[in-house]
Amino acid sequence: MKSLAPRLLAAVALLAIPAGASAHRQWLLPSVTTVSGTDSWVTVDAAVSNDLFDPDHMPMPTGGIKVTQPDGSAGEIRNAAQGRYRSTFDVQLDKPGTWKIGTFATNVSGTFKLNGEDWTVGRRRGPPPGAGAGGPGAAGPAMAGRPAGPGGPGAPNAAPARSVATVADIPAGATDIKLSESISRNEIFVTVGEPTDTVLRPTGKGLEFDPQTHPDDLVADEPAKFRFLIDGKPAPGLKVTLVPGGKRFRDEEGAQELTTGADGMIEVKWAMPGMYWLNVTATDARSSTANAGERRMSYTTTLEVPAP
Amino acid sequence: MRTTPFLLLGSAIATPAAAGTVTVTIPRLNVAEYHRPYVAVWLEPEGGGPARTIAVWYDIKKGGNEPGTKWLSDLRAWWRKGGRSLKMPADGVSGATRAPGQYTIPLPRDLRPGNYILNVEAARETGGRELVSLPVAVPNGSGKASGRTELGPVSFSR
Repeated sequence: MKSLAPRLLAAVALLAIPAGASAHRQWLLPSVTTVSGTDSWVTVDAAVSNDLFDPDHMPMPTGGIKVTQPDGSAGEIRNAAQGRYRSTFDVQLDKPGTWKIGTFATNVSGTFKLNGEDWTVGRRRGPPPGAGAGGPGAAGPAMAGRPAGPGGPGAPNAAPARSVATVADIPAGATDIKLSESISRNEIFVTVGEPTDTVLRPTGKGLEFDPQTHPDDLVADEPAKFRFLIDGKPAPGLKVTLVPGGKRFRDEEGAQELTTGADGMIEVKWAMPGMYWLNVTATDARSSTANAGERRMSYTTTLEVPAP
Repeated sequence: MRTTPFLLLGSAIATPAAAGTVTVTIPRLNVAEYHRPYVAVWLEPEGGGPARTIAVWYDIKKGGNEPGTKWLSDLRAWWRKGGRSLKMPADGVSGATRAPGQYTIPLPRDLRPGNYILNVEAARETGGRELVSLPVAVPNGSGKASGRTELGPVSFSR
């Protein structure tokens, strides 16, 4: 049990949670966020690494990427490809307004005992059972060929001998069921012409970004206001991390940590123009899954802050 | 009597400057690869408020699916302040890119008197981008400023 848990956590962190047990950050980097053309595309890099936005660790699988068109309908990614360090894909921006591109993953993992033996839930091998869910499990086949870093979490095929894929697979005689639900979003926004709000409307599920300043209407000399919601309600006291890209061209990482106020709001003052990675996590006990004592939530986005 | 139409015509040409005239200079640059810059000229009320675009010069002759608008967002200040809400081409506002030289642009006659910030922004393919701003009082004020790289002198006069 003791040896399994860290591995499990690390695996889940790699697949779904940018700021989990591992410090690695999952990021989407759009080639452009403000578009004036009428026949434009955005090309996006997707990776997991420590420094932003340096692809030097792992590609992010593109199987779970979803596109929401400005009218709220589903779009599609094109030309997806996976390199050693980063994946890329394109989206054809054939409608005016704000597009949302990214992942929404829910996952339940944990442990239980069966006949005195320790079992784990959610350590998936191969394709996910519910492939339609677009969860982190979609990463399974895509990640299979990755080399294991020395001493890293991905020691070759370190799957525990005793595991089931989903909560539904827990046998009837199981005891000591300890489950944890994770809900994570990682999304970017690209606007053709005037910014619109349809794709920004909260769904009321988990941790969400409710920007008062439109994410494609930022400029370095104006503070931005972003609100965060949990299950549709303002979420006070959350720590929001903002990290500017391009660390290797300066000395400091330059990360800011801001805490949401009673109204769930932060006000961000930009240190410089550039691309920023934003991440916020929250944990509570309000999981929708039975037996899940804990619900871990994560929200990640990448923001372009132009010079004035 | 017969001269009247000509007088009217003459005054029509002479009076668009009623609200003032903006003079913009596109400098001649000694660079290996030169493309004429995209330029936007707009006014913002001094106390804040919606921007009014006076002129946009871009590659209007491009054909196909991409009628020259792809790089308009490189005029990033203008794009954010008002360009993105303007339908292109815009009557009496948009036009072709200009060669280096000095150009005068009359302000629209229906411009309400008041204090404004006049902005001129230029962005050049394989080149730089520059924004020159100066406060102007419409219609009687005057003022001048100058760019350093992508724009030369910019002035406003009656």
